[in-house]
Amino acid sequence: MSTTDVAVPTTGVRTAAPATTRPRRFGRRVREATLGYAMVLPSLLIFGAFIIYPFLKNFYLGLYRNPPFPNLPKKYIGFEQYQDVLTSTDFYNSVKVTFVFALLTVPAGIALGLALAVLAHQRLKGIGIYRTIFSSTVATSVAVASVIFGTLMNPLVGLLPWLGLDPRPPILENPSWALTAVAVTTIWQNLGLSFILMSSGLQSIPDEMLEAAEVDGAGAWSRFRSVTLPLLSPTLFFAAVVGTIFAFQSFGQIDLLTRGGPIDRTNVLTYFVYTELRERNNPGTAAVLAIALFAITLVLTLIQMRVLEKRVFYGR
Amino acid sequence: MGRVGFKGVTKRFGDVTAVDDLTLEITDQEFLVLLGPSGCGKSTALRMIAGLDEPTEGVIEIGDREVTDVEAKDRDVAMVFQSYALYPHMSVRRNIEFPLRSRRVAHDERDRRVAEAAGILGLGDLLNRKPAQLSGGQRQRVALARAIVRRPEAFLMDEPLSNLDAKLRVQTRAELVELHRRLATTIVYVTHDQVEAMTMGDRIAILNEGALQQVGAPQAVYEKPANLFVARFIGNPPMNTVTGKVLAGAAGQVRVIAIPGGEIPVTEAVGAAIARLGLDEVIVGVRSEHLRVGAGGPIEATVSVIESLGHERHVFCRLADGQPVIVRQPADEPPPPEQAPARLTVEKVEMVHLFDPNTELRIDGAQ
Repeated sequence: MSTTDVAVPTTGVRTAAPATTRPRRFGRRVREATLGYAMVLPSLLIFGAFIIYPFLKNFYLGLYRNPPFPNLPKKYIGFEQYQDVLTSTDFYNSVKVTFVFALLTVPAGIALGLALAVLAHQRLKGIGIYRTIFSSTVATSVAVASVIFGTLMNPLVGLLPWLGLDPRPPILENPSWALTAVAVTTIWQNLGLSFILMSSGLQSIPDEMLEAAEVDGAGAWSRFRSVTLPLLSPTLFFAAVVGTIFAFQSFGQIDLLTRGGPIDRTNVLTYFVYTELRERNNPGTAAVLAIALFAITLVLTLIQMRVLEKRVFYGR
Repeated sequence: MGRVGFKGVTKRFGDVTAVDDLTLEITDQEFLVLLGPSGCGKSTALRMIAGLDEPTEGVIEIGDREVTDVEAKDRDVAMVFQSYALYPHMSVRRNIEFPLRSRRVAHDERDRRVAEAAGILGLGDLLNRKPAQLSGGQRQRVALARAIVRRPEAFLMDEPLSNLDAKLRVQTRAELVELHRRLATTIVYVTHDQVEAMTMGDRIAILNEGALQQVGAPQAVYEKPANLFVARFIGNPPMNTVTGKVLAGAAGQVRVIAIPGGEIPVTEAVGAAIARLGLDEVIVGVRSEHLRVGAGGPIEATVSVIESLGHERHVFCRLADGQPVIVRQPADEPPPPEQAPARLTVEKVEMVHLFDPNTELRIDGAQ
């Protein structure tokens, strides 16, 4: 039956229509739902195998204490291990180091990326060369970045002796400076991505809006503060959230430059998980730490979305 | 004083000359329309007044001072953009007061001037809304309010009506003219729409390929186009133009131009000018309202299509060689039969425009 038949206001057709269309509509809904689930299934399988199952398994591992000697059975202790790990001094230190590391890397990374993007957002000859240079670190692996900065900070062949400064104690072994040194490496490595994000954000701001502000009498700083920054807020927000998650997941540069030292001053949560698992062979503790890292990242992201997103302007 | 002056201004973008040696004086409180087709350089000229583009050569003056090297923010002009360029994250109030904040106007004075501008443009109830919550017409009013709140030396308007629907455009056109009278400030208005130019401007400056073609009062430009480009650009439907042969009389005087299917008379003065120029051919132009179509007349033609606009008709004809000619006919006259031969008459000999085919300049009896 066509839709025209249903729409015609004659009594016979009107009463007949629902009786015949209902089963058909139901059948169509079932078919559409089946097709929908079939299409989602591959993603669900992948998520299930690589995200949901490992997460649940991790939670399960955290309930068992590992034996002090190999080949002994592990012991179920419930949430006792969670309590032990999450109230330990090592955990507090690691959380503190992770937060400081994020505070050192995320705002500075965004600010530098934005500064370079503003500099490169000019109609000048050869500006493409600068854009390529500024974004080049996006193609640099964390290992390469670590080797470069490890060499620069080397007390024998690095930058300090070349500048005539005393390299002792070596920066990466100096408890006061090691975390900053790793943060600088991270900022440099993430600068390309930050630059690309900010550049694309700047390009999405219509030139006319900035020109209008200029004719309205706004100086360069006023235009930046009153027009550019608010219109860039979705990009800044995205960069802050993603940058924080990246900072909380940093591992490679810690492993290659400081291995969590000196005296745990760079022992971020991911590295703490790694040492518990690989060096102390303690999957239970590592599992608890991994769950804690997940929870902290989740809560922090939610807070960012609640607090920062209020200042984000999406509409045009 | 809100005069604006271009003195030998040229603007090049690489190899492209956008504005070519423009010299133009816009007097205080004048409503001048820069008119021309897309890419003719009119927006570039406006942007150079605003300080958004820098001239390659020449001088720009606003009021009593040369502003060629003055930054846009220090020029004391206000601009309404085609897209309105409202700040989407700010409320209507913040948008309107933005130029005052930029100039550090005191809070009380700011409030008073925002209320005044909003009152003039009927935005009083919309001050707390964001631009996204406004209609096209309302956004346009906010852009205007943001411009007038400053009380600048001159307003610059870059096709501000082009994003409005046809009905609103007609209404806003009249409101802008009223606003100009009320504010008594210089307005430089850019448009490609000749109806806007004709209805709004005190004077029109017509540009083509970066060069100024003619400046004058709308009616004067319409009645005496300086060259073929202006003749064809101004007027809707455009002026009918055909190439005609000059027929010289026994004593060498020219009184008639032969066109396909007939002859068109010219005044004695124009005939003398043609004879002076020694032309064998001229381009003849007649506006559609100066032609009559009927059973009698000196020019043979065929009526092809008739468009009725209610108050008048556009009768599309073809001359003997197939060239198209449009005749405007009042609706109260009987329409000619379609797809049938007809004859055309020029109402008055003074209504015939003639152009030199080599220079495309108007041939005037006064020359």
